Amino acid sequence: MKLRVEELTFSYDNKKILDRMGFAVEEGEFVSLLGPSGSGKSTVLKILAGVLPFEEGEITVDGMPVRGLSRHFAYMPQNDLLFPWKTILDNVCLYGRIHGSLKTARREAKASFPEFGLAGYEDCYPSQLSGGMRQRAAFLRTALCKADILLLDEPFGALDVITRGEMQDWLLDIHRKMNRTVVLVTHDMDEAIYLSDRVLILNQSPACITGEFEIRERARDREWLYSQGELRGEIYRQIMAGAGEVRESGKNMAPQ
Amino acid sequence: MKRYSQKLMPFLVFTALLILWEGAVYVFDIPVYVLPSPVQVVRAAGEEFSVLAQHAAVTVGEALAGMGISLALAVFLGIVMDCFPLARQGLYPILVVTQTVPMIVMAPVLIIYMGFGIAPKILTVVLMCFFPVAVSFCDGLSQVDEDYVNLARSCGAGRLKAYGLVKIPAAVPALLSGLKVSATYSISGAVVGEWIGAQKGLGYYLLRVKNSYMLDRVFACVAVIILLSLCMNGLIGLYRYKALPYMRKKK
Repeated sequence: MKLRVEELTFSYDNKKILDRMGFAVEEGEFVSLLGPSGSGKSTVLKILAGVLPFEEGEITVDGMPVRGLSRHFAYMPQNDLLFPWKTILDNVCLYGRIHGSLKTARREAKASFPEFGLAGYEDCYPSQLSGGMRQRAAFLRTALCKADILLLDEPFGALDVITRGEMQDWLLDIHRKMNRTVVLVTHDMDEAIYLSDRVLILNQSPACITGEFEIRERARDREWLYSQGELRGEIYRQIMAGAGEVRESGKNMAPQ
Repeated sequence: MKRYSQKLMPFLVFTALLILWEGAVYVFDIPVYVLPSPVQVVRAAGEEFSVLAQHAAVTVGEALAGMGISLALAVFLGIVMDCFPLARQGLYPILVVTQTVPMIVMAPVLIIYMGFGIAPKILTVVLMCFFPVAVSFCDGLSQVDEDYVNLARSCGAGRLKAYGLVKIPAAVPALLSGLKVSATYSISGAVVGEWIGAQKGLGYYLLRVKNSYMLDRVFACVAVIILLSLCMNGLIGLYRYKALPYMRKKK
């Protein structure tokens, strides 16, 4: 499914956070929104997920306008937000429980546990799992939503460097198998380059897309990533060009 | 070893106090109508066991009925106050005020309105137990991370469904904490109601034996009230342990 965002404008607390932002994502594409903290990246995802209302602009999926909650999007928030009172199996069945039978949802979910490296953890509670495992469970919950476009909001931001690297490899592998459209929000430049087909730089205040980098046709491994000095330099310069402005305008002004 | 000694310490201190008490009564030859010794209290409890059990059953029945009503009322008002901020602003201060009225003053008034039956006793329990449950549940609801609700909403849940799926389960630990506190008060609440006017119950028994200067029986009755209060508290604790397994399981 093709996503198109046009002239998206959003204000919070009388302050304009997004100003006529526009971008498009092709079917099956992995696109990252990269920008400094407080630039409004998460706000974009929350608007797409229908959690925040926008003032002006248009969001279309395959040409059909979308506003508010939509079956096209599955949203994975910054922290895993697994319900502590539910087992991992019941947590990942959230969508199935809301839209149909929990029994069927459980059966479907159980089949995905080995693929997501969660086999044997079905009856555990979130407090019994490590950070990485919790993120896998949160991602499985997102993947089990019968949505065409996955919205991932800094999914590995809270993990240590080693676990984050492992999770990135794992996400790449899963994405290849699922072949679903992904919009990832991150402030980690290497993560964006490593995972994405395209990196959009979100900068300035109010936020808008200030740069775009196409990263197709390449080997997706760490060696390749570390050899991309020129690309990293270019992206870094793009981010830094507007980062000061974001900071000046008061960071973290976007709704949390 | 340190853990065991920490757990053992209260029992050791309690036993030491009982021995001191027993010794003081024996050494100073204190008559039973002034201060009975622990042995005399235990003996009285044994002699009066069946009578105490009958009265205790009545008191526990009133306490459970009052707790049930408190729970239902607290859950209802908690949800109303959480959903409607205006209702919270209007009701919350009134709830606080109800706790400032001494129950020993309210109980006779309730008897004037409701007679000498079981109703004023249950209402006394409700007035004592309702507040901790309602306040805990209401605070529990208001402290639920809004992101959980947003997550359920983004998965397609309507407001009502998101409320039932996220907010209420998330506030259950707070509700049970309030219930645990009020369970301890429930027996005392029923006893206060019975003290003012009743034909049965531990409060009635307590008044009767006090007027007869049978202090060993008074102390035995007080011990039963303490035990029952602890049992009520323990039962809610046990239920919490069983019903919320995620609160006890560690990584």
